[in-house]
Amino acid sequence: MMFWKARDLALDADPARRFLPWLVAMIVYLASLALAGMMSLSAAVDRWDRGLTGTLTVQIPAPATGTADDAVARALAALRATPGVESARVLGADEISALLEPWLGSGTLAGELPLPRLIDVRVRAAAAPDIEGLTAVMRAAAPGAVIDDHKKSLDRLIALAHTVELVALGIVVLVTLAAVATVIFITRTGLAIHAGGIELLHLIGAADGYVARQFQGQALELALKGGLIGCVLTAATVFLLGRAAAALGTGILPDFTLSPAQWGALAAVPLGVAVIGMVTARMTVMAALRALP
Amino acid sequence: MVRFQNVGMRYGLGPEVLRDVSLHLAPGSFHFLSGASGAGKSSLLKIIYLACRPSRGLVSLFGADISTLSREALPPLRRRIGVVFQDFRLLDHLTVLDNVALPLRVAGVKRAEIREHASELLRWVGLENCINALPPTLSGGEKQRVAIARAVITRPQMLLADEPTGNVDDSIALRLLRLFEELNRLGTTVLIATHNENLIRHAFHPRYHLSGGELTGPFRVAPPPSPARVASAEGPA
Repeated sequence: MMFWKARDLALDADPARRFLPWLVAMIVYLASLALAGMMSLSAAVDRWDRGLTGTLTVQIPAPATGTADDAVARALAALRATPGVESARVLGADEISALLEPWLGSGTLAGELPLPRLIDVRVRAAAAPDIEGLTAVMRAAAPGAVIDDHKKSLDRLIALAHTVELVALGIVVLVTLAAVATVIFITRTGLAIHAGGIELLHLIGAADGYVARQFQGQALELALKGGLIGCVLTAATVFLLGRAAAALGTGILPDFTLSPAQWGALAAVPLGVAVIGMVTARMTVMAALRALP
Repeated sequence: MVRFQNVGMRYGLGPEVLRDVSLHLAPGSFHFLSGASGAGKSSLLKIIYLACRPSRGLVSLFGADISTLSREALPPLRRRIGVVFQDFRLLDHLTVLDNVALPLRVAGVKRAEIREHASELLRWVGLENCINALPPTLSGGEKQRVAIARAVITRPQMLLADEPTGNVDDSIALRLLRLFEELNRLGTTVLIATHNENLIRHAFHPRYHLSGGELTGPFRVAPPPSPARVASAEGPA
């Protein structure tokens, strides 16, 4: 039984190698969390983009005295007569209160403030009206009216999201480099510890690839073990974050629930790190063996 | 099989440890290489088993000029040479069986064949009861026999032994010598580096001698006349 279990080199006994699974677990955990954050943010940006494209908000300021009902009625009539406008709907006081609730809290405060009236406008994406022209029309109907096509705020949000995505990508790249550096260091240590055994294998006719397979096989095995630990930790963290975000329920935080495809991408992280570890170990050994005659 | 022409060798920038060495080992031959410690015996063997390249001169191995061979061409050549190292070089974490089987594993031989060959060879060297032992638990003589079994398991075309009897008493040394001679009868070219004059005297094989990095020989060692031949030469009393 022992005959084939034994490796030609006693790599299992190397002290540095015992830490490799834990180092890889941490690396996979960090990389997977960064990736999960990147994916959920990317999904959130898509949702925001889809949700706000083809909509406008007309804001009619509250007059100093009286109500804005007449101005709202004129603006509504002008909007409905504008080509390219699909629908226009005035938001009720309760809807405006709901929008302000995350900032002002629930209560009657919203009713006591001089709030502007809002008209939610749906436009045809293919034939959307010109914003400048529409602004002029709205100001004629309701002085002081402002049109928000959400582009500016959405652009800022998307720019912010892309910056965060780049940071997350940077983290993934850095932890991958850390994984490579760790494997190189541990492999070089192994080469130094087992120099005698390696020389023996070399002298009895082992090709460089045969020696490299000893190291790469073990690197793959240990990295897979560590990757599995990191993967489980990531899944638990994402699950808990998802529950926490759902409990807030305000829509401010991006949704932390991942699609099956995104879970698949996360599961590929430990496999990717294991393959990177294996290839790194092989290349390190092959480079070192070239120094032998 | 092996031909050296004016070979010189030095380690780094140090002095030459081999100077103008020329030798020829014909296929199926058996030679001793004698010389005091530090004379250059191990260095000469290292060149033959391709652990070092000479600093100058021509070395031809199995008909190929080794200076023209690429690194990739060397492992198959090394597999045709069995080496018994002076310090055994057994892998302490592997069993005796695994140590002996190592060259076959490297050569990619099938598992079932490996086990059968290794077990048979261990019986041949008298270590059939130690197949699962680890090297640190073996005596010097047992380690020596494991090293020899490992060197010959692939039926190499050439066997090089560096002081193979340095750690054993005379009776075991002679037994090991018989093993080498048996291999030689089966066609293996044998070169034994030793400073054990007693061993050289017991076998009647030609000997090269190294001194201060310079090689002389081969010297023929004539067997002592048999008693019958002595009697017939002297004639009836």
